[in-house]
Amino acid sequence: MWDALKTALESNGLITGFVIVGITMYVAYLISNKLTKGLIHGSAIAIVLGLVLAYFGGVYSEGTKGLADISLFAGIGFLGGSMLRDFAIVATSFGANFDEIKKAGIRGISSLFIGVALSFVVGIIFALIFGYTDAVSLATIGAGTVTYIVGPVTGAALGASSEVIAISIAAGLVKSVLVMVGTPFIARFIGLNNPLTAMVYGGLMGTTSGVTGGLAATDVRLVPYGAVTATFYTGLGCLLCPTLLFILTDMIW
Amino acid sequence: MVIYGVAILAGCFLFGMFCGELIGALMGIDSNVGGVGIAMLLLIVVVDKLQKNGKISLPAQSGLAFWNAMYIPIVIAMAASQNVLGALTGGPLAIIAGIAVVLISWLCVPLLSGKKAKESAIEFNKNNAATGEVN
Repeated sequence: MWDALKTALESNGLITGFVIVGITMYVAYLISNKLTKGLIHGSAIAIVLGLVLAYFGGVYSEGTKGLADISLFAGIGFLGGSMLRDFAIVATSFGANFDEIKKAGIRGISSLFIGVALSFVVGIIFALIFGYTDAVSLATIGAGTVTYIVGPVTGAALGASSEVIAISIAAGLVKSVLVMVGTPFIARFIGLNNPLTAMVYGGLMGTTSGVTGGLAATDVRLVPYGAVTATFYTGLGCLLCPTLLFILTDMIW
Repeated sequence: MVIYGVAILAGCFLFGMFCGELIGALMGIDSNVGGVGIAMLLLIVVVDKLQKNGKISLPAQSGLAFWNAMYIPIVIAMAASQNVLGALTGGPLAIIAGIAVVLISWLCVPLLSGKKAKESAIEFNKNNAATGEVN
């Protein structure tokens, strides 16, 4: 009987994913309504539950895709993978206001450049504190604090050691997870309740998963505005970090 | 028909991805640059045109609305497939740098969004107050 259940779940992975996410959201909204009296948004709790599941999935399978590395739950990886995620992000723009995007255009674009440069510099400062002094390692760790994709892209381009690349990926992951979890709590203090600020937010933070997950837990109407800038961030980081920003780093160290 | 809405969404998505790949190739990097952003802008313009001309039926719009509403569940599935273990076992430098960059970027958000954000907030929350909770 166990085998039959296992086969039914495994060979219908995506459908299993719907059920697991549905149950997770039900539990999360129950916690939100009963324990926090709606104070903490249900989707924020659901995202935290998802991350906790991912942690245990990682411990159990020793893989890199959280719960999705357990064959029984592989469908979660497809449901939350980049294809469906990006498809749903595009769908959130159904209902977004084009005039708002145009109004925030200049600020959104400048926040992209400032966001990439700022993250890069912060990463370099902490790499220096931890004793790295060569330009390649510094730039790779700086790129990792941009996003966990820019880090390894830059590291590979510059020929950084695998240890440094691993640190850069981990720094980017910490950033992404913290943005996902922290955004709803910080939102009121930084005025994150309107399209303009959401676009600046997407440009400054940049991690698409972090920004769109965090905004979804704050106010789902803000998702398209944050996403529209955040999706340019990784590309810009991949462009600037191994080139201009590395050359500047190399000139100083 | 519902599929028309889904097909419009999928068409915009693919066109955006195609542009993103082209931009990436032109920049000489192996990455999709802004494909999702371009797709979003295209979808906003296309749907706006169709709505103004009355060319998009309610079922077609519900095909779009379904994927819009599926966003949060997909984000939760995404959260559940993150490398959380990797983030927590990346060593002190990775964790401290990751936390610091987020805190510093948060501090910069109000500086960059400026005063215009307040006007934007008033207008946004007035226009949308009735539809506040989507899910």
